[in-house]
Amino acid sequence: MTLQQELAVTPSAKLAVKEVSKTFRTDRGSVHALDHVTLNVSEGEFVCLVGPSGCGKSTLLNIIAGLETPDAGWVLTDGEPIRGPGRDRMMMLQETALFPWLDVFDNVMFGLKLKPGLSTAERKEVADYYLRLVGLERFMHAYIHELSGGMKQRVELARALAPNPRVLLMDEPFASLDALTREQLYGDLQQIWEDRRKTIVFVTHNVREAACLGDRVVLFSPHPGRIREEFKIALPRPRDINSVDLAEHATEIMRALKGHLRATEVQE
Amino acid sequence: MKRIVVALVFFAALIAAWQYAFTARIWSPVLVPSPGSVALFLWDNTFNPGTAGAPNPNQWQLFLAIGITLKRLLAGYLIGLAAGLPLGLLTARFRPVRDTLGVLALGLQGLPSVCWVPLALLWFGQTEGAMLFVVVMGTLWSVVLATEAGVRNVNPIYIRAARTMGSRWLHIWLKVIMPASLPFIVSGMKQGWAFAWRSLMAAEIFVTILTGFGLGQMLHYGRELNAMDQVIGIMVVIVVIGLLADKIFFSPWENFLHRRWGTSK
Repeated sequence: MTLQQELAVTPSAKLAVKEVSKTFRTDRGSVHALDHVTLNVSEGEFVCLVGPSGCGKSTLLNIIAGLETPDAGWVLTDGEPIRGPGRDRMMMLQETALFPWLDVFDNVMFGLKLKPGLSTAERKEVADYYLRLVGLERFMHAYIHELSGGMKQRVELARALAPNPRVLLMDEPFASLDALTREQLYGDLQQIWEDRRKTIVFVTHNVREAACLGDRVVLFSPHPGRIREEFKIALPRPRDINSVDLAEHATEIMRALKGHLRATEVQE
Repeated sequence: MKRIVVALVFFAALIAAWQYAFTARIWSPVLVPSPGSVALFLWDNTFNPGTAGAPNPNQWQLFLAIGITLKRLLAGYLIGLAAGLPLGLLTARFRPVRDTLGVLALGLQGLPSVCWVPLALLWFGQTEGAMLFVVVMGTLWSVVLATEAGVRNVNPIYIRAARTMGSRWLHIWLKVIMPASLPFIVSGMKQGWAFAWRSLMAAEIFVTILTGFGLGQMLHYGRELNAMDQVIGIMVVIVVIGLLADKIFFSPWENFLHRRWGTSK
């Protein structure tokens, strides 16, 4: 594989989640995290999963990542069933999972070194490219604890993008950041998504964030975790989280979410 | 610089107080010798060549003793580390090992290492083997426990992140779990060193052998000869070696970890 191929924009994956169910059994009883969830994500689509905590959206993300196995149902990428975690589906979490014993550059190199078919020089060039893409070229050799929260998440993003995955799975990646940093990252993420054409599944409980980022917003409700409703967001990009149009969409989704929650409470 | 001055002033004051206690004759000079006589003992047993007519028979003796002691210490410590690290990894990884070996390690770590001396003497006699055995037993268990604690404290999200990036078994162990538990392992190595040092001194005081005359034995004979300057002189040497080991071997590691992890200024 050449460097041009490595950095080229490859077609992203179709993702199919079919009839997936998952129950966690603990000492204090069992939690029905997912109940017959079916979700199709097309190539290069940006899908946001929204719902209150405990609705199973993170579990679904872990299953797509291959870190957990469903009790029933299956997940396909491009028609192929997934078997365990893989470089084609990279994950990014709210809590930083950067390795403190490596500097910024070596963190990005970690996944690249595991990718076969590249020379060391090419790997370095790829890492360099993605660190520039997230605007951290000046901090390549900083230690992790020297970075701010927003910078850490940028490194996470570079590290997740570097092996050129086809799907990017993001679990509330901006939840612990301050509002200003978060707004900057909304812009950057949309830009990177347009440049790199990744399929993105993005979990959040922030409705406005979902409306800002997603082509489609999927509503989950808890106990058991189910998909309730879907919204297409047809606003032009790049979107500003503070725009009025976006607020209207967010309000609509919020109203629906509250309705579903009330319905669940009544059932219980 | 300021810190060095403060430390120097402190130790100078300590020696001055000692000298005062000696001159004031609060205790018998047999029990409290002067700092000067201790210094003289150290001089006599190190560099003092004696006079042409009467060469000093004790010249270099202290260095020989230090050499013998450090050789024993390093041998026992390295064996303890080499066995303790893998055992600690196994203990952390496999529950049955934790329930058996882990409990044993916990119990034996609580056993003061001097308690191994009678057993070692009966098993190995008055030999280097007895000495080595006591040091290994003193080191091993604390290294096992520290390694286990280190591995079990590795944040599971590091492992998840590594797995999504394509890291598997051996790679995860070598590139994620080992470096992530390094702070614990280094403090375990430091603790192991302290235990090895203690057990060796206990062993040298109790095990009298002809294959080498270490610091512990010099300390012991200082008591037998009622030579308080020797007793105190050797104690000072033991303290200084402990300090140097810390500054030379462990401080650089700890500073490195603090820089990387950002755990201190």
